[in-house]
Amino acid sequence: MNWIFEPWPWYVSGPLIALVMMTLLLAGKRFGMSSNLRTMCSALGAGKQAEFFRFDWKSQRWNLLVILGTAIGGFLASEFLTNDQGVQIAAASQEKLKTLGFASTGSAYLPDELFSTEALTNPQALLFLVLGGFLVGFGTRYAGGCTSGHAISGLSNLQWPSLIAVIGFFAGGLLMVHFIFPILF
Amino acid sequence: MKSIFYVIVGLFFGFVLYKSEAASWFRIYEMFQFDSFHMYGIFGSTVVLGVIGIQWIKRKEVKAVDGNPIRIAPKDKGIVRYLVGGTLFGLGWALAGACPGPMFILAGAGYIPILVVIASAIAGTYVYGLLRNKLPH
Repeated sequence: MNWIFEPWPWYVSGPLIALVMMTLLLAGKRFGMSSNLRTMCSALGAGKQAEFFRFDWKSQRWNLLVILGTAIGGFLASEFLTNDQGVQIAAASQEKLKTLGFASTGSAYLPDELFSTEALTNPQALLFLVLGGFLVGFGTRYAGGCTSGHAISGLSNLQWPSLIAVIGFFAGGLLMVHFIFPILF
Repeated sequence: MKSIFYVIVGLFFGFVLYKSEAASWFRIYEMFQFDSFHMYGIFGSTVVLGVIGIQWIKRKEVKAVDGNPIRIAPKDKGIVRYLVGGTLFGLGWALAGACPGPMFILAGAGYIPILVVIASAIAGTYVYGLLRNKLPH
């Protein structure tokens, strides 16, 4: 059972994610996580301000339960079934991050510089979290899906719009990491 | 009973993503640096199997458990919304290091600052909803 405590290789997790998508399809649902953000807006009363949020959000309760499950999964995996939280990314990436000032590279699951509780008192780190989250939430709805909806479900269904969206995901990510990170950090 | 099913599907998904480090900010960075095959292997193998699975559903006209045919509605046509929205999403994905699934996984794993990311993502979706009719699609 030692394998469960180690990081899982891609060829284990990829097929299992495909299984999750297929399970939801067979249950008569769709695999798409970002829809939950819209559902939450609606549940919080955003339908008063915008027509986009006027729908029967309770019909999406199943997806909120999925997202609740993911949180429980994250809790169990991190709390009980992972020995070393340090993510061993490629040496070349570690070098680059250390140069940018990410000292926690290689010894943490998320960079302390952004995600430790102390980072919450750092206005700059806080700004980056707000900006990153906002862009994800805005961009995903504008594009009509996120990694699960477009990159996985959409490409699996051979949809052109999803391919365009995924090209956008990559353009944005490359722009951020290669050109904006050196300015921000 | 049905509720428990969805919680378990999510639990499994969250567990797999956490264990394969797809929920790690560092793995997203590494992916955009092209320094490792790991994330490409995850997406690649998921999509290859996904294509096979969905073709199977379509050709065999597989029905969902409730007896209804499984129909996957095609996305609306267009380029601007996918390209611009996708690029904005990508910028945020690389900065926050988390997309809408992993955000909740990380909240469960106990990272308090991810709640700021989640709240901001909800705000981002809200602002999109307000501006929707003014944006090119």
